[in-house]
Amino acid sequence: MTLKTLTQLSSLLGSGEISSLELTQDYLHRISQSDLNAFITVDEAMALQQARAADAQRAAGDNGILLGVPVAHKDIFCIEGMKTTCGSKMLDSFVAPYTATVIANMNQHGLVTLGKTNMDEFAMGSSNESSYYGNVANPWGDSSKKLVPGGSSGGSAAAVAAQIAPAATGTDTGGSIRQPAAFCNLTGVKPTYGRCSRYGMVAFASSLDQAGPIAHSAEDAALMLNSMTGFDHRDSTSLELPAEDFSAELDTPLQGLKIGLPDEFFGDGLDPEIATLVEAAVKQYEAMGAVIKRVSLPNSELALPSYYVIAPAEASSNLSRFDGVRYGHRSEQHDDLVEMYMRTRAEGFGAEVKRRIMIGTYALSSGYYDAYYAQAQKLRRIIANDFNRVFEECDVIMGPTTPSTAFAEGGKSDDPVAMYLNDIYTIPANLAGLPAASIPVGFNSDNLPAGLHLMCPHLQEARLLNIAHQFQQETDWHLKPAPAAWVSGDE
Amino acid sequence: MFSWDPRWEVVIGLEVHTQLQTRSKIFSGSSIAYGAEPNTQASAVDIALPGVLPVMNIEAARMAVKFGLAIGAKINKTNVFARKNYFYPDLPKGYQISQMELPIVGSGSIDIETHSGSKTIGVTRAHLEEDAGKSLHEDFHGQSGIDLNRAGTPLLEIVSEPDMRSPAEAVIYLRKLHSLVRYIEICDGNMQEGSFRCDANVSIRPRGQEQYGTRTELKNINSFRFVERAMEYEIERQIDVLEEGGIIVQETRLYDSDKHQTRPLRSKEEAHDYRYFPDPDLPPMVLDNEFIEAVRATLPELPAAKKARFESEFQLSHDDAELITSTRENADYFEQTAGQTQADAKTVANWMVGELFASLNKHDMDIENSPIDPHDLAKLLDRICDSTLSGKTAKQVFAALWDGEGDVDHIIETKGLKQITDSGEIEAIVDAVIANCPDQVQQFKDGNDKVIGYLVGQVMQKSKGKANPQIVNQLLKQKMS
Amino acid sequence: MALDETTVREIASLARLHITDAEMEKYRSDLSNILDLVAQMENHDTSGIKPMTHPLDAVLRFRTDEVTENDQRSKFQALAPNSENGLYLVPKVID
Ligand SMILES: [Mg+2]
Ligand SMILES: [Zn+2]
Repeated sequence: MTLKTLTQLSSLLGSGEISSLELTQDYLHRISQSDLNAFITVDEAMALQQARAADAQRAAGDNGILLGVPVAHKDIFCIEGMKTTCGSKMLDSFVAPYTATVIANMNQHGLVTLGKTNMDEFAMGSSNESSYYGNVANPWGDSSKKLVPGGSSGGSAAAVAAQIAPAATGTDTGGSIRQPAAFCNLTGVKPTYGRCSRYGMVAFASSLDQAGPIAHSAEDAALMLNSMTGFDHRDSTSLELPAEDFSAELDTPLQGLKIGLPDEFFGDGLDPEIATLVEAAVKQYEAMGAVIKRVSLPNSELALPSYYVIAPAEASSNLSRFDGVRYGHRSEQHDDLVEMYMRTRAEGFGAEVKRRIMIGTYALSSGYYDAYYAQAQKLRRIIANDFNRVFEECDVIMGPTTPSTAFAEGGKSDDPVAMYLNDIYTIPANLAGLPAASIPVGFNSDNLPAGLHLMCPHLQEARLLNIAHQFQQETDWHLKPAPAAWVSGDE
Repeated sequence: MFSWDPRWEVVIGLEVHTQLQTRSKIFSGSSIAYGAEPNTQASAVDIALPGVLPVMNIEAARMAVKFGLAIGAKINKTNVFARKNYFYPDLPKGYQISQMELPIVGSGSIDIETHSGSKTIGVTRAHLEEDAGKSLHEDFHGQSGIDLNRAGTPLLEIVSEPDMRSPAEAVIYLRKLHSLVRYIEICDGNMQEGSFRCDANVSIRPRGQEQYGTRTELKNINSFRFVERAMEYEIERQIDVLEEGGIIVQETRLYDSDKHQTRPLRSKEEAHDYRYFPDPDLPPMVLDNEFIEAVRATLPELPAAKKARFESEFQLSHDDAELITSTRENADYFEQTAGQTQADAKTVANWMVGELFASLNKHDMDIENSPIDPHDLAKLLDRICDSTLSGKTAKQVFAALWDGEGDVDHIIETKGLKQITDSGEIEAIVDAVIANCPDQVQQFKDGNDKVIGYLVGQVMQKSKGKANPQIVNQLLKQKMS
Repeated sequence: MALDETTVREIASLARLHITDAEMEKYRSDLSNILDLVAQMENHDTSGIKPMTHPLDAVLRFRTDEVTENDQRSKFQALAPNSENGLYLVPKVID
């Protein structure tokens, strides 16, 4: 079976060729047959009930474009009545008593929840190897060559790449949507900070976290984004803007588009095969009428160190609520209150989470605050200023999404710093709050996908998606199914 | 009065937590009403479920600004919420949202009246923060119970300069502050319910030394009396330690009112490192002039201005004006009474400061709960003016009013206290007294003026106090001359 | 920057994380390596630069002072490891 995009499924539902119930049953079946470990929780009854409700709504005349379309959600979003683990033992027993705004918005559009996808614990990781629920396999690998799907939204990316979900939500703090999208040949979008409400999304680093879609195409991502975004009075950092149709500009021609290529994104450490694929993609854009400018983001090398202060610092505080008092894991082994805290958190959190909590605690502690946290926040402004300057002369900044293609399981899990280097190109957009995307640009000699990274000025998601979509009108990298994707007739 | 070895100088600074009387919590839509069943006013935000976020209550910002304006403080138009990180079971997020580097209210001052004159106490800052929940230590199978109803209640923490030099002075400042926050209606001041809580930083130094001594912090003392006693005990303790060659340890101490002593907090004495940093969930609060001026427009007349006006407009004495403006309720009571009686303001003040305050004190009551309202008192004073009551019978009516025996006229009627002003009736009594007291009448005629007092007393007694004393006096003199 | 064991213990205690002796060396060296990565920012001149806490330099938004929440205690306490009579129970708090 050829790959079906969300857009195609939407028109099948709209024409009545298939019902939401049939579609949902089909995907639930695919999930049940999959051995990628992409899902932590699947609630078939809830999914089928939502599908039936969508069909009834359609019968009553509602022809919402996403009505009845099944999708998967990263297990970082609270959904009332559903287990919400954030990939952690700490929340293994946590059934959320409320629903995240992003999910509520999507429910409002009639989207059906297939289940909750696997992820790095508390979204900390770039390989989905820190999940309490085990590794997720990348459908571009195989049993002889187990590859990571990227992270932290690894389950979402694997599920979409394997076509056991048509699209999925993810979250991106330092690249957690874009890096797995690149590793799995998908289109992943991190919107402008504040576009998607963070209410109900378990916090990792509050000033960086942003939800977004992982899909097969920019067109699909735009539809997803339309259903996810919107002002939320429950989130003080939510942008108070009128609703926007992110599909509106998809078809605008790119004639005269000014593309900035920062030298800093093509230096040492970039896999030459990826460099070649990205250069080819840029050529393609030139052929479509774009103008290329060499630009400089001179402080790019400061992004990673700043990020590894800011994100852990915020995380160390955000994760203090997991103390075994009101919900979640509580250790049995304790004689007093302090020991209860220490054991609960030692047992409930995995090694990567503990490392980041400790780094963040250290960076904020007295005597170190100025050298670490305050310094990182100043560098953050310097980095953001670089972007502002570059955007005065170009419409979009392009580069590789990742320095390498998907790597082998276990390849970097012993060396945190090597793992962190994966996000070297994606982190700056989080620090500056910019909308950014990764789109497929072809395959290396091992048939592994690479991603082109696009960044636009604040609030220009529609332009970003237009730039991505026009490329996908001229190329078909994004339509190539993964070798281990679901094939009908598997049963 | 408390005194100590004068070689030591006492230095006191106060940190006062006032609970702002908003309807809802500072960062959530939960009620802050006192006394609800445990955890029934603890929302998803208050119990810090994963994924929840704070949203700031505008009323708390208004109240903080109102306080700042009332003490002539600098309002920080850009102020920042920060997280104060520590683990405690009544602190659900593992951090308290507070303000550190940029509080909403900057430096200001409060003037106090001490027995040695007036003095200005500096207010360093006042910042917004959320309250914690409560740990209940009754035995739940050897465990503590946590109630998070109070978690997230808006607080304004008012930090003074170390400007006070005795516990008495500190209490005067504290009372003044207590009165002020109630005046401007940002806090109900209820100390029992914890709406107004005081921590005291106490140190001593040899008189003449410039450098401050090491201070201890006395926590959460819930009455004016205990604040004073706790500081007194602590000063004596510190003097003893230093005079015995010891050193003062910087620590937090709790006052035990039963034993009248302070003791160090038993909880782990690990060095606190609160790791303050700006809360990424709450962008900086930016206040414009319009906001600040709108708040200024809601400021009532402040105690100092009111006092000055009462002195000039009503010719009240300095002391009466001070007492009557010491709370907004007193001042309102006074103005309402004065506004509806023919009696002059001075008389109103005398009755308030005299009878009314004495009765309130005796029954340990606040003026808001006085059984005699301004209308009653005004009517009572009117009856003195129109000679229905004498000073003496008026006091009887006052007592009956206090006991709830009905309104003024009803009491006068049923108790038969109406003053006799009919000269015919009084003349008959006067004649009888003159007839019964020939000796005293003779003494008067012999030039002993003072004896008339006795004769007036006789008439008053026979009239059961109802005869108008002026008329009695006049008739006696007339008949004996 | 190499952290010593004592510092790691202090950080872990501040963060309320129990670290076993067996885990200690790995944490010590991982954290030291991360701090080496972070150290790259040390010598960069940032004088005169205002720290950036919010990526869009946003300003606080207010809500009106209204009670909008109702009692959900039983729903929330169903999640609690230990509760009784409406209270969350914890090992005895000493103050
Ligand atoms: Mg304090
Ligand atoms: Zn405080």
